Amino acid sequence: MKKRVALLALLALPAIAFAQPPGRPRVLQRPTLPRAVTVAPLPFSAQPILIQHGRIYTGGPQGTIGNGDVLIAGGKIAQVGTDLSPPENATIIDAHDKPVTPGLMASWTQLGIIEVDLVAETNDTKPNQTVDSAAFDVADAINPSSTLIPVARIAGVTRSLTAPTDCGEVFCGTAAVIHLGYGPDLLVKRQAGVLVELEPAGGSKQPNTRPDIWAKLRETLDDAREYWAQRAGYHRPGGARDQRTTRIDLDALGAVVRGEEPLIVRVERASTIRQILQYAQATRLKLVILGGGEAWEVARDLAQANVPVIVDTEANLPGSFSDLGATLKNAARLDAAGVTVIFQPQGNDVSHYARTLTQIAGNAVANGMRWDHALAAITRNPAAAWGIADSYGTLEPGKDADVVIWDGDPLNVTSAPAVVFIKGRNIPLVSRQTKLRERYRDLKRKTLPFAYR
Amino acid sequence: MPPRLPIWGAVAIVVVTLLLAWAIIPRLGSPTDKTVADQFPNDQFPSTYRPLPSRPTVIRGATILTGTDRELKNASILMKDGKIEAVGANVPEPPGAVIVNGRGKFVTPGIIDIHSHLGVYPSPSNEATSDGNEATKPTTPEVRSENSVWPQDPGFTRALAGGITALEILPGSANLIGGRSVVLKNVPSVTTQGMKFPGAPYDLKMACGENPKRVYGEKGGPQTQMGNVAGYRAAFEKAIEYRDKWRKYWKTKGDKPDRDIGLETLALVLDKQIPVQMHCYRGDQMATMIDVAKEFGFRIAAFHHATEAYKVADLLKKNNICAVMWADWWGFKMEAYDAVPEGIAMVDHAGACAMIHSDDPIGIQRLNQEVAKAMAAGRRMGYYITRAHAVAWMTRNPAKALGILDRVGTLEKDKMADVVMWDGDPFSVYTHAEKVFIDGALVYDRANPKLSPRTDFEVGQEYNASTGGAGQ
Repeated sequence: MKKRVALLALLALPAIAFAQPPGRPRVLQRPTLPRAVTVAPLPFSAQPILIQHGRIYTGGPQGTIGNGDVLIAGGKIAQVGTDLSPPENATIIDAHDKPVTPGLMASWTQLGIIEVDLVAETNDTKPNQTVDSAAFDVADAINPSSTLIPVARIAGVTRSLTAPTDCGEVFCGTAAVIHLGYGPDLLVKRQAGVLVELEPAGGSKQPNTRPDIWAKLRETLDDAREYWAQRAGYHRPGGARDQRTTRIDLDALGAVVRGEEPLIVRVERASTIRQILQYAQATRLKLVILGGGEAWEVARDLAQANVPVIVDTEANLPGSFSDLGATLKNAARLDAAGVTVIFQPQGNDVSHYARTLTQIAGNAVANGMRWDHALAAITRNPAAAWGIADSYGTLEPGKDADVVIWDGDPLNVTSAPAVVFIKGRNIPLVSRQTKLRERYRDLKRKTLPFAYR
Repeated sequence: MPPRLPIWGAVAIVVVTLLLAWAIIPRLGSPTDKTVADQFPNDQFPSTYRPLPSRPTVIRGATILTGTDRELKNASILMKDGKIEAVGANVPEPPGAVIVNGRGKFVTPGIIDIHSHLGVYPSPSNEATSDGNEATKPTTPEVRSENSVWPQDPGFTRALAGGITALEILPGSANLIGGRSVVLKNVPSVTTQGMKFPGAPYDLKMACGENPKRVYGEKGGPQTQMGNVAGYRAAFEKAIEYRDKWRKYWKTKGDKPDRDIGLETLALVLDKQIPVQMHCYRGDQMATMIDVAKEFGFRIAAFHHATEAYKVADLLKKNNICAVMWADWWGFKMEAYDAVPEGIAMVDHAGACAMIHSDDPIGIQRLNQEVAKAMAAGRRMGYYITRAHAVAWMTRNPAKALGILDRVGTLEKDKMADVVMWDGDPFSVYTHAEKVFIDGALVYDRANPKLSPRTDFEVGQEYNASTGGAGQ
C-alpha cells in the first residue's frame, strides 16, 4: 500500500499570505499546516519512506539535486537520486520542489542538561566544584524528556554538541554529541571534547588573570600527559598521585592529550588564539575554537592548522576588551580563508534558542558567506569536527536518516520545517509550546477553564 | 470731539467686566486648582537635540510599508525640512531635491525599540559600565535612566545600522520601581540630552515577578510575589500622602513640605503625567497589576516581556494596555517558561496592541527579523497577517505605547521623517537597512563608510578600526 502525503497546504500558504489586502488580520483557515503535512508518527523503521520531487541539498558528493528523491529505510538513508522507484509498502511524500536538507546540528548548546536556567535543580550546565572540573561530564545528566528538545527539533535541529557552559574556571567539563529524536538514549557520542576558557571572567568575581589561566592549563595538561604515560604507576611514590590534578580529571583528559578529541577553547582575542594555536601544535592537541570574536584576524593560521571555529554570527559588539574586533563578517572572512566554520545558536541562550540556528546561518549569508557553506556550517562541518561524519551530516546512503523538508529557504527567518525525520523516525511537529498555543488559541469562555482543554 | 459712549454701553462693559472678574479671579488666586502637573517640575534635563542637516529627499518608486496597514507599490516619499511631506504615487520632486532610486527597495517608518538598555548596560560590559539597576533598595522612583546613559555605547551605532531611529532606555528590573525611563533619538551625540526625543513623555519602569524577589529576597525583602505587590501599594500610598501634603500647602500656604524627588515622580505617575512601563511575564501578574493600577489611578502603558500575554490578551484589550514581546525567547527563568512563538500574533489577533522589543544589544539590530519570525509563526497557525500590518509591531505600536505616535511610527504627512530604506523585503534574513533617515537627515548609509558613525570608545582600537563603524 502506498500512502501519498500532499504538501498542498504548505504550498498554498505563501500564496495566501502574500495576496494581501490591507486591514486587520483574520483567520483564513484552521492551522492545517503541521497536521496536513505530517505523516502520523510512523512506526520506527517498519516501512520505507520515499521523499520525491524535492530540491535535495545532499551536502555530499551528489551535490544539489533538483527534483530529487531520498529513500529512507531502517532508520538510514538508503538511496539518494532522481526517479527512485518506491519499494513495496513505501510511504511516499511529495516534497513539491521544496528544499530537503540533512537535519541540522547545533554546536555548543546545553540541550538535554538544562530546563530553566534560573531553577538550579534543572540546570546541570556547569561544575559547582572548582577542582575536578574536566571530569564534569554532561553525558551524566542528559534528560531525554527535556521540553527544549521538541522545541529545537521541530525547527529542524536534530543533533547537538551538548557541552558545559562558560563556568568561570579554566576547565569547564566534558562534552557529548546527542540526537534530538526519541529517547531513552539520546547519546550519540560520549567524551566529544573538553571545554576550557581562556578569557578571564569579568567583574570582581574574576578568579583568573591570563597568566593564571595559562599556568593552570599547562599544569593540568602536563599532568594528564604524565599520568597517561604511566597510568599504572599512579599510586607509586613519585607517581601522578602527587600531582595537584585529581585522578578523575586526568582520566577525563586522556582523549584530549592523545589528540583524539578536541580541546574546545572558549577564546575571543586574536593574540590568545595565536597562542593556543602554537601551544596545540607543540603539544599535538586537537582544537576547536569557540567564540573567536577576533578569529577573522587569525584566519590564515586557523586554516593552516585545520582548526574549526564555532562562530556566533551576530556577535558584532565589543562586549569586552577581548573582542574589540568583533564583526558580522567574521564567518564570511574565516570561510573565505578556508577555515571550517561551525555555527552556534544565538548567543543569549544557545539551548532554548537552538531554533535560531537557521537565522544565524542566514545572517552569515547576509554578511557575505556562501549559502551552501553556511548550510554546511550547521550540518557537514560539525559532523566532521565532532567525529560523527560517518553517520550524520550529509544526505548520503548509509547515514542516519536525519532529514528535513522545509516550507521555504531553510536559512530564511520566515521558513520552517514541514517534515522532520530523525534516525528515520517521523517527528510530529509538536512541542509543549504548540500545545500551549492551541490551549489558548480561543480565549472565549467555555463552560470549563483552560485547564480542561 | 470723541464720540460719546452711550450710557447703556458703559453699563454693559462694567457688568461684563465684573462677571469676568467673578469667573476668573477666584480661580487664578485659589491654590486649590494648582495641579501636580502644573507644580512639579518634570523635565530637569531638557532635550538639546537638533535634527542634523538635511536636504529635501525623494525615495522614488519603492515598495512602501506605511505603518498604517498599507503597502504601496511603486510609490515615493518626499522628506523636507525634517518632515514627511508626501507619500504615495504622485509625490512632487522639488528642484534640488536628492532623488534616491527606490526600485526593488522597501521603505518603512524608522524602527522604534520600546525596551532597550543601551547606554546603561553598554558595550564593553564591565563593572565600570554597569549602570542599569540602582539595586540598593527595592523602590527607587528618584532615579532616571537618562542620568546613566553613556552616549558612547557602540551599541547605538549598531542599532542604527539595523534601522532603529528611536528607542526607550529603561532602568533594569531589579527594583519594584526602577526609576524613570527616557526616549532617545538614535543619533550620535556627546551628551544624552543631545539624543533626547523632544517632548516625548517620561515613563516609569516597574517590575513584577522574580527579579525583585531574587535581588532583595535575602536583603530585607520583598521575598515573595505578595511582597512585591505590597511594595508597589506602599509606595503609591506614600505618594498620595505626599501629593495631598502639597495640595494642602498650595491651598493654605502653611508650612512648606520637604521635597522628595522620588515621591514627586510617583505623584506625577498618579496624575497620569507619567505612564508606567511594567516588566511582567505571567498573565496572572498582569491581572494583579491592572488592579493595582486601578486602585491608585495610574496608567500602565504596556506590559514588557509579557511572555504570557497571549493567555490574557482579552484582558489587555479591555484595559487598553499594550503587550511588548519577543519573537521566540523563553525558558531562561520560570516565569518565561510558557512563552510561545505565536505570542505576538495571538495578542494582535485578539485586537490588543502587540509589539516587538529587544531588551538586548544584539537583538535590537534585527527587530525586522524578529517581527518576520513572529509574523511567520502567526501565519503558520492560520492567521492572516500582511507584512503591511506586521510592520506596525516595530513602528506604530511602540510609538503608541510611548505616547509619540503623533510624531513618529507611521509614514504620514507632517510626521518626523524617521525613515528606513531597505535593500529588499525587510522580513527577509538577507535584507539590510540601506539608508536610515532621522528627521529627514541621512544618518546611516550602508554604502558610504563616511556615513557610518563610530563611537569615541572604538577610535584607535586596532582590530575595530578595520571593521567599519555602525554596520560592522
